[in-house]
Amino acid sequence: MASSETLTASGYIKHHLQNLTFGNHPDNGWSIAHSAEEASEMGFMAIHLDSMFWSIVLGILFLVVFRMVAVRVTSGTPGALQNFIEWIVDFIEDNVRGSFSGKNDLIAPMALTLFVWVLLMNLMDLVPVDWIPELAKLLGIEYMKVVPTTDPNITFSLALSVFVLMIYFNIKIKGLGGFLGELTLQPFGKYMMPVNLFLEGISLLAKPLSHALRLFGNLYAGEMIFILIALLYSTGWVLGIMGGFLQWAWAVFHVLIVLLQAFIFMVLTIVYMDMAHHEH
Amino acid sequence: MNINLTLIGQSITFIIFVWFCMRFIWPPIMEALNERRKTIADGLAAAAEGQRERERGQHDADQLIEEAKSQAQEIISKAEKRGAEVVAEAKDEARAEGDKIIIAARSEIEMEANQAKEQLRVQVAQLAIAGAEQILSREVDSKTHEKMLSDLAGNL
Repeated sequence: MASSETLTASGYIKHHLQNLTFGNHPDNGWSIAHSAEEASEMGFMAIHLDSMFWSIVLGILFLVVFRMVAVRVTSGTPGALQNFIEWIVDFIEDNVRGSFSGKNDLIAPMALTLFVWVLLMNLMDLVPVDWIPELAKLLGIEYMKVVPTTDPNITFSLALSVFVLMIYFNIKIKGLGGFLGELTLQPFGKYMMPVNLFLEGISLLAKPLSHALRLFGNLYAGEMIFILIALLYSTGWVLGIMGGFLQWAWAVFHVLIVLLQAFIFMVLTIVYMDMAHHEH
Repeated sequence: MNINLTLIGQSITFIIFVWFCMRFIWPPIMEALNERRKTIADGLAAAAEGQRERERGQHDADQLIEEAKSQAQEIISKAEKRGAEVVAEAKDEARAEGDKIIIAARSEIEMEANQAKEQLRVQVAQLAIAGAEQILSREVDSKTHEKMLSDLAGNL
């Protein structure tokens, strides 16, 4: 709308932080939100088209490339792509073998999916912040947030899926009694059951929360700094050139964060799964 | 920044992606990796086995050479001994043969000497007779004196 067209600094930032939302608006019915207010009025019955689009595109990119290699895979001399893919797979396998003591065929593929997928989503952060949104504007799309992991919906859905799996395996391996016992009978013995439940409950609930927020927070902050740096370009020559250097420097540093956060997300997943399989 | 249906949509996407990865990506790649690992392990084992085989072969060959050497040595010493024996035998034979020849020659010489003596005696007797005949041609009757003359020749 008109208000989002004006190039004030706060407007620019807000515009960049707004997802393209399609949802059930109380007044307009199912439609695309034209402002942040409309998007928040939609409540839960809305979906972020940009986050979904980019995460699915990147996920499919991952699956297609890896599937291509998996189809033509040879145990003889590998080609360049197969070598690279094998390197990643080996890396994941090493991590799973190192941290996960149980036996479960789900864990390693899940860790691989999470690592590569989150890494690809994080890497979208390195695309200069205005490129894709401006391109989208040419196509008539008002909002475009290209880094899915800066959307808490995305990180929470991943973390909660892992959390649900964790509970599932907890109950499957230890039985419902075993799982509840772990929640209530330690660390202080059975006479302090409420205290135990309180402590263990917090520690249990903190897992998906910290899992999701760590990734989201790092990427959101990184994106925010890119946006702030991008603001410098509209403030004239000298600051613009400085902004160019700053953006480069931050991007270099951000490569590290992007990789590290993807790795941490994967390792935490493996560790949580190991806890679920491990009887104390 | 609102929590909304994206949460569920992304969860479904996540489940599908993990399922796909688990079903179609992880197993073939892992299989290839394990197969290669096995191939390499087998290759290394085969190389070690080959090395051991080679060492064993080398050892066998050394032993064979050693045996051959000692056999050759034995053969040579046997041959030398035999040679010496043959030479000694030949010497003995030659000596015996020489002795035999010498003896035969001596006896022949003796025989010939005897014959010569005999002939000489006969001839001397004849000469003596001839001489005596010429000297005593008339007085000596060869028929009556023949016995006496042959006795004479026998004494010569």
